[in-house]
Amino acid sequence: MKLLRPIIVGTVATWLLAGVAYPLVMTGVSQLLFPSQANGSPVRVGDTVVASRHIGQYFSQNQYFWGRPSATVPPYNAEASAASNLGPTNRLLIAHIKNRIRALTAVTPGLHVDQIPASLVESSASGLDPDISVQSALIQIPRVSKATGLSAGELKRMVQENVLSPQFGIFGRDRVNVVQLNLDLYKVAHLLP
Amino acid sequence: MSIQTAVTWLVVIAVFALTVKPLGTYIAKVFTFQPTVLDKPLRPVENAIFHWMGLSRDSTMTAKQYGLALVLTNLAWMLGAYALLRVQGALPFNPAHLKDISPRLAFNTAASFTTNTNWQAYSGELTMSYFSQFAVLSYLQFVTPATGAAAAMAFLRMLSGRKMGNFFVDLTLVVTRLLLPLAIIVALVLVGQGVPQSLGPYLHIHTITGQTQVVPRGPMATWEAIEHLGQNGGGVTNVNSANPLENPTAFSNLVETIAMGLLPVAFFYAFGVMTGKRKLGWTLIGVAAVFYLIMLALLYFPEAAGNPVINALGLHTHANMVGKEVRFGLGGTSIFETSTMSFTTGSVVSAHDSYLPLSSLSFFLGMFLNMVFGGSGTGLLNMLMFVIITIFLMGLMVGRTPEFLGKKIEAKEVSLASIAFLIHPLLILAGTAVAVADPAGVSGILNPGPHGLSEILYAFTSAAANNGSAFAGLKAALPFYEVAIGVVMVLGRYASILVMLLVGESLAKKRTVPETSGTMHTDTVLFGGILFGAVVVLNALTFFPVMALGPIAEQYLMMAHHLF
Repeated sequence: MKLLRPIIVGTVATWLLAGVAYPLVMTGVSQLLFPSQANGSPVRVGDTVVASRHIGQYFSQNQYFWGRPSATVPPYNAEASAASNLGPTNRLLIAHIKNRIRALTAVTPGLHVDQIPASLVESSASGLDPDISVQSALIQIPRVSKATGLSAGELKRMVQENVLSPQFGIFGRDRVNVVQLNLDLYKVAHLLP
Repeated sequence: MSIQTAVTWLVVIAVFALTVKPLGTYIAKVFTFQPTVLDKPLRPVENAIFHWMGLSRDSTMTAKQYGLALVLTNLAWMLGAYALLRVQGALPFNPAHLKDISPRLAFNTAASFTTNTNWQAYSGELTMSYFSQFAVLSYLQFVTPATGAAAAMAFLRMLSGRKMGNFFVDLTLVVTRLLLPLAIIVALVLVGQGVPQSLGPYLHIHTITGQTQVVPRGPMATWEAIEHLGQNGGGVTNVNSANPLENPTAFSNLVETIAMGLLPVAFFYAFGVMTGKRKLGWTLIGVAAVFYLIMLALLYFPEAAGNPVINALGLHTHANMVGKEVRFGLGGTSIFETSTMSFTTGSVVSAHDSYLPLSSLSFFLGMFLNMVFGGSGTGLLNMLMFVIITIFLMGLMVGRTPEFLGKKIEAKEVSLASIAFLIHPLLILAGTAVAVADPAGVSGILNPGPHGLSEILYAFTSAAANNGSAFAGLKAALPFYEVAIGVVMVLGRYASILVMLLVGESLAKKRTVPETSGTMHTDTVLFGGILFGAVVVLNALTFFPVMALGPIAEQYLMMAHHLF
């Protein structure tokens, strides 16, 4: 019984500090210091929120650049992040990859399998990966060009403008945020939904 | 290996190397009640808490009292968490109108977060209200690492001839002096990188292709900070730190990686300071560091070489990107995963189930050993358990009475340390055996073939090691696993902590034997080598057979392009 008092006081005191004050005060401070990031980094066109900066979206039309395969249902469902969890010796994994290679080469003029980076046909960890490698964007240019009527040269310039270098020059890799690239494309080519 | 990979790894290792001494010294000072930098603002708050508890800062307990206080307090948290999760629907901060949690899942989750495991049989974004996330689960992410750290501090005080101390004082000090100050800094950095910190509703997005996307928000950055600083590892969302919301950039990935390791590594140094055996502290850090580097290499190189079956398709690149994210690269991914497995965090930035069999050995190695720095304090306890066993083996070999820190290691200590060692494989192997023999266990497998065995083995290993990561293809939400995993987590957590407290008390009661020319020295490279060897041999003898049936068999089959 001697333990009852410290258990109750210890629990309530640490709860008030770490379970209530810490998250709520930090929410207030974050809203003041980083209002955009703290609210999910919304990207707006006019008044409409069209994207969250770090969250990928599903693009399957030929006039847009495609992101990585997503294992969520439906693809890029941000409310239910998921990986495929398929193991390296699972037949399904290999079948999925072969299908994606076939789908890419079928719609892209002149595309050979040895130009396709593995990351473009292997599903991501979150199902929400916003990024693809630079090579993954470049090989899609012939398809996007055909569907939008924009020249390959102009598309290449847009891809290169959207290349994100490693953070602070040293962390991570060169990559392209597909949502950002497609937003540029949407503005330039006046694409309809 | 790219230059970015090398730099990322070097930065992580350099930060650990530079912080170990100041942070370790600080920890030792806090828990031997010497003046430290945060005294001025924090002492009044702590004194008020101690006063309300009816205690003073220098109260002390026996090992039995300490153990009882620890277990009862944890039990209170577990029951409290269970109750709050069951009535979540009636509580505030629930903008997504999520329902009450079922009894079995509430038990599994309460057990999981109270034992510092953070195994999750649910998807956070679809299941837990903001209140459950921050006021229940994230709260436990503070006090449960504090529980382990408190036990380790009590053990060290006994080893160094001090009074054992009081559990409630230690618990409070870990929260106020270590976890809260660090969490505030880490949380702010993460928000700056793009981790949401809001109580607003989920964000509704109207995409340019005419779809609607709903992006969860919530108090995520404060969760991420303590998730990693306390080696908790439970994510806000289903895929944990692989989700761009929880870990948006290569730099946030680096920050989370470093946050996991700061305290566990420093606790090893605090051991040296508190016992006055700094050289031994460095020896233990060295042994753990060698295991860490082995795990990193074992993880990175097979993944960089890729899956031979996929490579045969002739793609442009070979590295295995199944279940990985582009922004971290393989370098950032591998150092995060090595850290999460050695520090027993269990958060993930990639899908462990999709790793190649050879690299998955790195995951298993971290969880089997459970002392590659390990959790804050608990990893140190496991390391000291191996130290005692090794000293005993050395004593047998040269025919002398083994001594540790001037205390004779006798039948009682060796028996207790052996029990502490054996609980871990017993839970893992018996749990796996039961699951494999029971159709309810086998029905949870996603990937057929030897990989299926690995999935089950991983679940029980993760639970026993209080790691919490998963080969997530396994259906953890099956009733069989909710109950079995819940039980293993509880036993794996408390049994070894309690046994080690008894070892500490038994050593503390002994007369100190003066050092002579015949004393075996433990603070040498030679001892480090023998300790390393003993850890390898003990664990290989225990776990090699099951490894051969799972990952090793799968590796050979994969090399022969055999699919299931």
